[in-house]
Amino acid sequence: MPDRYHIHTVPTPARFRRVGKFGSVDWREDCSRCTNCVKLRCCYDVYKHESAYNRDPLATVQTLNECKACLSCVQGCTKGLLNISVNPEFLDLGDEYWKPDILLTTWNQSDSGKIPVSGAGYRGRFHGPGFDSIWTDMSEIVRPTRDGIHGREYISTSVDIGRKPLRLRFAPDGKMLSEPSQLLEIQLPAIQDMPEWMVEGGNLVKARAAAAKGLNSLAVMAASHAREAPPEQLPFVVPVVGEDDIGESEAVLQAARMAQVRDCEEVVDLVGRVQAINPRLIVSVRMTLRPTTAGRVVELVRAGLRVFHLCADLHGRERPDNGKPGRHIKDVLRQVHGRLVKEGVRDEVTLIVSGGIALAEHMAKAIICGADLVGVDTALLVAVGCRVCRDAHAGPVWGPCPIEIDSVDSAYAAQRMVNLMGAWHSQLIEVLGAMGIREVRRLRGEVGRAMFLEDIEKEAFGDLARVPQAQVGA
Amino acid sequence: MTATEATACLGRSDWPQEPVAREVRPAPDRYRNALGKYKIDRLASCLSCGHCADTCPYGVHVKPDGYTFTLRPQDHLCIGPDCAETDHYCVAQCPQKALTLRRNPNADCMGDPRWSSDLILSTWHQAATGHTPPKHLEYRHGASGGGFDKLRFKFEIAGLAEPAAVPAAAINTGLDLNHRDDGRPQVHIDIPVYGGGMSFGSVSIHTILGKARAAVAWNSLTCTGEGGYPERLKPYDDHVITQVATGLFGVREDTIQRVRVVEFKYAQGAKPGLGGHLLGDKNTPAVARMREAVAGNALFSPFPFHSVYSVEDHKKHVDWIKEVNPTCLVSVKVSTPTDVDMVAVGSYYAGAHIIHLDGSYGGTGAAPDIAKKNIALPIEYAIPKVHKFLCAEGIREKITLIASGGARTAYDVLKAIALGADGVVIGTAELVALGCVRCACCESGRGCPRGIASTDPELMMQMSLEWATQRLINLQNAWREQMVEVLARLGMTSIRELRGRSDVLCYLGDSEASQ
Repeated sequence: MPDRYHIHTVPTPARFRRVGKFGSVDWREDCSRCTNCVKLRCCYDVYKHESAYNRDPLATVQTLNECKACLSCVQGCTKGLLNISVNPEFLDLGDEYWKPDILLTTWNQSDSGKIPVSGAGYRGRFHGPGFDSIWTDMSEIVRPTRDGIHGREYISTSVDIGRKPLRLRFAPDGKMLSEPSQLLEIQLPAIQDMPEWMVEGGNLVKARAAAAKGLNSLAVMAASHAREAPPEQLPFVVPVVGEDDIGESEAVLQAARMAQVRDCEEVVDLVGRVQAINPRLIVSVRMTLRPTTAGRVVELVRAGLRVFHLCADLHGRERPDNGKPGRHIKDVLRQVHGRLVKEGVRDEVTLIVSGGIALAEHMAKAIICGADLVGVDTALLVAVGCRVCRDAHAGPVWGPCPIEIDSVDSAYAAQRMVNLMGAWHSQLIEVLGAMGIREVRRLRGEVGRAMFLEDIEKEAFGDLARVPQAQVGA
Repeated sequence: MTATEATACLGRSDWPQEPVAREVRPAPDRYRNALGKYKIDRLASCLSCGHCADTCPYGVHVKPDGYTFTLRPQDHLCIGPDCAETDHYCVAQCPQKALTLRRNPNADCMGDPRWSSDLILSTWHQAATGHTPPKHLEYRHGASGGGFDKLRFKFEIAGLAEPAAVPAAAINTGLDLNHRDDGRPQVHIDIPVYGGGMSFGSVSIHTILGKARAAVAWNSLTCTGEGGYPERLKPYDDHVITQVATGLFGVREDTIQRVRVVEFKYAQGAKPGLGGHLLGDKNTPAVARMREAVAGNALFSPFPFHSVYSVEDHKKHVDWIKEVNPTCLVSVKVSTPTDVDMVAVGSYYAGAHIIHLDGSYGGTGAAPDIAKKNIALPIEYAIPKVHKFLCAEGIREKITLIASGGARTAYDVLKAIALGADGVVIGTAELVALGCVRCACCESGRGCPRGIASTDPELMMQMSLEWATQRLINLQNAWREQMVEVLARLGMTSIRELRGRSDVLCYLGDSEASQ
């Protein structure tokens, strides 16, 4: 029996002080110095940590902003001098897609490598755009392992990338005519992709390659970066090559297991040229997600290509090139997946989708909508501490990066990325376990095991009278 | 039949049952500084003339006789900027202009879209006074932008005529739980609401007992959760549901025999399909004794029942309970998968009296965030699905449909019933009444910092049993007042008439016509 897949997470505290959600406002004047100070009774010792930090600025800096807003001190202070408020800096983080709460949970997962667990019920909005309009199914009694989540070692998260012939062909004399199938199996349906915007300091690239090696996954990077990677990491590196650098990347292509070629008119030729260098190499086509993607994928499948990497924008949307917001990847994926099913080739093709995959649930939901696996890009930067301020300040970096991402140590960054993927892996297993599905391959395109907002609203509330929201005010 | 008569005729419990009076009494906030929506600041230029105290009719400003200074403003009583329209607005009246009014930033730190700050404050108000909150607090709807928060009664929409009112005294909010006609005793509850399972270990004993005592006062029910049957619950046997969950912790023949309703928990809405996990730290000697386990070991409540793989297996389970206790009703608590309608029918054929759907946005002591948000259906979608299916199968009148998982207010309860449920189980609303601020730290460290969901001896003693009981009795009284008011406006004399009447509801926005 092969070793079970295991992600080695190691608690790795952040380099910089966390931007917390709550801060206390201490109105010290008028304090009566009473002997039953609520600060001593804080059950998280926030005030003690804070005063330690005030005395020694070099003390562990994870202390401020750790208030959980239980309001016990606010309500208990003899003279009512303590207040807390929501930290405006926290609310300012990220953008409308990479919300502060997403950044916070990603940081927590990268710190610890553990699944985020909390008490009380769900706290967010009822539903939202994109992935927030999908719920995944659960199974009341029928289980593959009969152990639910506690049988997690029996739940497989491995996926195959490459050409998957549906049948073998034999000559009359029994000799196999089909070429042996070339499949690259990775243990996590997520590869480490390039960030959407230019922050690729050399250390980050090294970190992704190291993380991919640790995770037994793949790190996509420009061929120029791949050429600098140490040989032991090359099998986990996916160089993106173009017409002009195929020649100089020959050594890398021979050592790598997978490569990418950007979509262009001569892409079929290019793939052929890359494959000629290393026949065992899996070559995928990297294409920007557009309204025409479904047609283009089918066209390329007919031309013999089988692996596609569809890149949405930072917010998980296609780019229609007409200035209007595109559809969300959940809708595009369902369309592409549906087209391939109709063409009868879905099982031969591998679809990778990236852009806007911000949470573990997005990975599961993208797979439900038809992807085989996802590419994680921005989330890896967030794991290192990024606050996604790029969007807010549009264009060239506005002032210095608040977390000095260029100076990040690659081993540290790699461990944070591994921690994040470890937490995502565990969460994927939670979702699969709840559904009673034993392997993630079977989740692909399983829209029957998900509930989509539009369908379920119609089913539940379709027969109710409609009233415009404006009629009742906000 | 009253609770005591029921006890007498069943004659099962040999434990003296303790009555609790259904009496509304003030139960103010247990902290020194009550929180309100608004904050009043008084500058040092205040002369302590006491004019504000004379002016404010709400008791925000107090200057007792013989005091030189005015007390710190009791700003939780303040009604906010609406007061500016009146002639008793302290900010305008102050001769020194020393007073300012603003939103309380502390209040903005609690709550979330589902349980907005207003909902928490209004629940506290109801628990403190026993009556409907003043209008500056939104006590009916949350701000989640979906589900219950997008449903309204038609009469709530301006411009629709109200039907003739029915006198409040004529309105019945009671509910029978046994519709099977199988010779088992009827269990009647006086309000269409009962308490959800919270295990010993996950919440403090005062929380458990407070819930049970309030259930006695309202002739309703509460549930043990999966943590055994604490000795101190025995005086309230007739109002307790014994939960039999997958770990079977603390389940003994005795605990099944001493109650009127037994509940099978197949899944919990907040962590559907995942099972439970009591951390080793929380498995204190007392908890371990109750659960018949070894202290300090983590306790897993697996998923699913390892003895149930089909509806037939499920029937064996139900039969087993019915055999052990020939007079109890059986409730089956399930989560909300896509085929929840089939699950409900299966439970009916297995012999359950009550099918209890727990929606995915419900509460928990600890669950993975990914499960709480994403797995299984919110209850608002599951109720009409199951109700319609049971109607189509012709068995709707033979089973009681109970919904839970996200009912926060009396209006949520009414909407759930209008969508097709018979009654509702609440959990978080009770905890909020006890002072929960929804900080979501039930599971970390020493447990709940406010002493509600903690077995830490120091933290749990922050709350007395008498106070907890009174808060919950008050909350139910306020809710019942609202239910009666709504039923009167709908021209109904019984909560039973509202079931499945989704025609009295409307849905906000998102239609082609409104866009």
